[in-house]
Amino acid sequence: MSELQAGKIVKVAGPLVVAEGMAGAKMYDVVRVSKHNLIGEIVELHGDRASIQVYEDTVGIGPGEIVINTGAPLSVELGPGLIESIYDGIQRPLDELYKSQGSFIERGATLPGLRRDKKWHFVPTVSNGTKVQQGDIVGQVQETTLLLHKIMIPFGIEGIINGLNEGDYTVDQVIAKVKKQDGSDADIMLMQKWPVRQPRPSAKRLAPDKILQTGQRVIDTFFPIAKGGTACVPGPFGTGKTVVQHQLAKWVDADVVVYVGCGERGNEMTDVLTEFPELKDPRSGEPLMMRSVLIANTSDMPVAAREASVYTGITLAEYFRDMGYTVAIMADSTSRWAEAMREISTRLEEMPAEEGYPAYLGARIASFYERSGRVECAGSPQRQGALSIIGAVSPPGGDLSDSVVQATLHVVKVFWSLQARLAQQRHFPAIDWLTSYSFYKQYLAGCFENKHEADEMMELSKVSMGLLEKESELIEIVRLVGAESISAADQMALETAKSIREDYLHQNAYHKVDTHTSLDKQRNMLGTILYFHEKGLEAIDKGAEPKDIFALAVREDIARAKYIPEDEKEKLNAIRNTIDDQIGSLYAIV
Amino acid sequence: MLKEYQTVASVYGPLMLVEGVENAKYGHIVDIEMGNGEIRHGQILQVEKDKVLVQIFEGTSGVDIDKSKVRFLGKPMELGLSPEILGRVFTGTGAPKDGGPAIVPDKKLNINGNPINPYSRDYPNQFIQTGISTIDGLNPLVRGQKLPIFSGSGLPHDEITAQLARQATVRGEGEHFAVVFAAMGITFEAAQFFIDDLTNTGAIERAVLFINLANDPAIERIATPRVALTAAEYLAFDQGMQVLVILNDMTNYCEALREISAARKEVPGRRGYPGYLYTDLATVYERAGRIKGNKGSITMVPVLTMPEDDKTHPVPDLTGYITEGQIILGRSLHRKAVSPPVDVLPSLSRLKDKGIGKGKTREDHADLYNQLYAAYARGKEAQELATILGEAALSEEDQKYMRFANEFEGRYISQGYYENRTVEQTLDLGWELLSMFDNAELKRIDVKLIEKYMPKFRKTSI
Repeated sequence: MSELQAGKIVKVAGPLVVAEGMAGAKMYDVVRVSKHNLIGEIVELHGDRASIQVYEDTVGIGPGEIVINTGAPLSVELGPGLIESIYDGIQRPLDELYKSQGSFIERGATLPGLRRDKKWHFVPTVSNGTKVQQGDIVGQVQETTLLLHKIMIPFGIEGIINGLNEGDYTVDQVIAKVKKQDGSDADIMLMQKWPVRQPRPSAKRLAPDKILQTGQRVIDTFFPIAKGGTACVPGPFGTGKTVVQHQLAKWVDADVVVYVGCGERGNEMTDVLTEFPELKDPRSGEPLMMRSVLIANTSDMPVAAREASVYTGITLAEYFRDMGYTVAIMADSTSRWAEAMREISTRLEEMPAEEGYPAYLGARIASFYERSGRVECAGSPQRQGALSIIGAVSPPGGDLSDSVVQATLHVVKVFWSLQARLAQQRHFPAIDWLTSYSFYKQYLAGCFENKHEADEMMELSKVSMGLLEKESELIEIVRLVGAESISAADQMALETAKSIREDYLHQNAYHKVDTHTSLDKQRNMLGTILYFHEKGLEAIDKGAEPKDIFALAVREDIARAKYIPEDEKEKLNAIRNTIDDQIGSLYAIV
Repeated sequence: MLKEYQTVASVYGPLMLVEGVENAKYGHIVDIEMGNGEIRHGQILQVEKDKVLVQIFEGTSGVDIDKSKVRFLGKPMELGLSPEILGRVFTGTGAPKDGGPAIVPDKKLNINGNPINPYSRDYPNQFIQTGISTIDGLNPLVRGQKLPIFSGSGLPHDEITAQLARQATVRGEGEHFAVVFAAMGITFEAAQFFIDDLTNTGAIERAVLFINLANDPAIERIATPRVALTAAEYLAFDQGMQVLVILNDMTNYCEALREISAARKEVPGRRGYPGYLYTDLATVYERAGRIKGNKGSITMVPVLTMPEDDKTHPVPDLTGYITEGQIILGRSLHRKAVSPPVDVLPSLSRLKDKGIGKGKTREDHADLYNQLYAAYARGKEAQELATILGEAALSEEDQKYMRFANEFEGRYISQGYYENRTVEQTLDLGWELLSMFDNAELKRIDVKLIEKYMPKFRKTSI
């Protein structure tokens, strides 16, 4: 790296620094700025003149100061120790920073992403003398009770492996050597590095045809997301974007969850930090933190690191995908990421496109979401991994014509539309059932082993959406002429639609049972609501008065079905019998 | 030792370009000595080789290119602090304004502060009693929260902030409470009202004021909230006090920011505000909070006037994305002489659930506000219906809810600016108002709580 020269600063404007004398520099090389050692990244090159976005506060920096090129792009460390960590946007561990610096983040800190002092118990899974190539799993480390960390051959290495031994190693100790074809040895460690802006390769892309279950009724039943799929949640402030993201981070049936708090509130991250270790995974009973990685770049932290935080997050997620796991990444909020891009672009004096955003906004967003997907992982043994991306978008004034929303909708397959109107009625999650969509719905049937149940679920979902549609048409008429003037069957439809909204779609994130509903219970709950609808219509045919049907006590049971714990299924099943009994009693009167 | 430069190349808007400067650093401050000996202050916005772009806090009127001398002070803007700042009034950049002596600083702090490490934040979950029912009862404020007041021109946000400053206390023994007030571009009248009000009630003893009036230099406003927050951080995290920061009015602050941005010919975002408005506001608002292992806290109440009462205007919109809820003032309530005219339905405190309940306020608090909220929402609908159809056309039930809404507005919301209610009084008033309904109608309240609290109020109302 001797050809890399130290440059000199010629210009400072906020997070953007321009330096000259940077011969040999490459785009996106990481540099160290001034004696304060601020971390920056080259974003533009003209001859030996480089524009640098600096990830830390630049106050007190001026022309003439030195810039040193590290010659490497912005990279993250991948290996055991990622899980349970909380990082800033460029993978500096915030808990370690707190120990070394105190409560406020000072600039110029350098800390490795993975702890060097911790030993991990490594167990080889291949024998010495095996021919290995990139992506091959050669051993494993039980990182947390929930995660078996697979150690893979880094990309670009191929040859005969030797020196593998079971034992306790730190992440930077050599655990084996690979003799390459040219005769040289490559060291294998528990840790490897990867540049964040470059997607990690895989053997083959597969269609995302399995549903990622979330336990959120409106999502699973009507707008499901696939393992390896993409979704976006736009909405104005106060509509519960963050609560939706938190709920998904807690309940999705993924092996690893990466949560990126990008330019959002500090107190919200604290909430996640205090809550996750206490919450238990519904499947294993272990704390959810045992499968989570948090990246917190709050809105008061430097803007350039915010731009990087999304890439840091997705790279960690891809690494776990490569082990053959199902991974979900939540980015809250991608608007802040886009704004960071805009800020840097403005300082670079680039010609703006819409709303001052750079012309490459759409391309950047698209290529970010393209890093999702279900794949055949590189290397052996053969395995499949999936990476789903769920991005929150915060459009100004809730206006969906915003550039970031539009660019995102262009590429994502699921759209959960949050409405201020619903939030004001305290209907949460405030996902609008009429405007949201999902392209993965046909895969919902695949979640059920039993064909009958699968068909039933698809049918229930279809019928109830029909009723909700009908409600939106009828409601205008009712407002004008009153509910009494429409037909009894329509009244029943309205009442059932209301029941679907209030007793099914409405879900309380803070209630210990209601916060998560299994697909099986969802099928049962929705089935019960529609069973009442069906029986009600029959009764109307036989001359019963709608208002008598609506007044039946069993409706209270239907409304409370959401609070029945998963293991008390029989209570839920009993509701249908009660419906039969009470509707039957109406006939007695007739 | 400081070098002086007489090389001002150009002056435009609030900005000045100086050439031939050595060793200038981004973000540092400068003194500008004008031809007539007047000293003005500025901050470096950009350095390119030997050219330095400076924003002048006091504005550029009267600045001339030939005679002005510029001194680069080689440090960022700092504020000298000591416990003596309590009870004092300063300018928007931190110079004494009350005729008192200069502060002998214990400590000098950079006004830009440093971001709080998210890992070191402590979750805000301790109740602050403001004595205002609509806040304490329905949208509780907790220590370390940032809860803005969205107001409009002609609405009485000054009275409310004065009431907050006077009445806010934390529950618990041995806690010291302080108020830091930053005025940005408010009128002399409004500022004087606030100062007089605090002086008359003695609350000034525990307050620090930073005042930038409407006729003070607009650019100074960019520094004012940061100066005030630096003082607040000192009181909170150095002195262990519970600090309430009131920033009035953030819309003026944003306009000053827009002025600078326009002068620099930056690509504007929405309505001409700079694209980095969100980031900039966040660096102000996010300085609220609590820190692990530290006794003190900063709670923030920014006030902003929404142009044309439009909540989607960039200033309230971006504020709402950063703060933890909002208190919205309603024009129609104000017209009905409801004071303070807090529009309950769209107001929200995101952290309310964490700061109330048994041991913090009272066990019935959460159920009670849910019920009051639901009943009032229903009553409001009935009120609206009545204006279309006439009161007589309403069903008996609707009429009852409408009566409730009227009572609720008249007694619960409207308490006047000088009544200080304890949270227990607020909760009891809630029960009293709900006593016009049968127990069975109070679906949001746990039956056990109704049995425990309601009987007392049934007697008085029947």
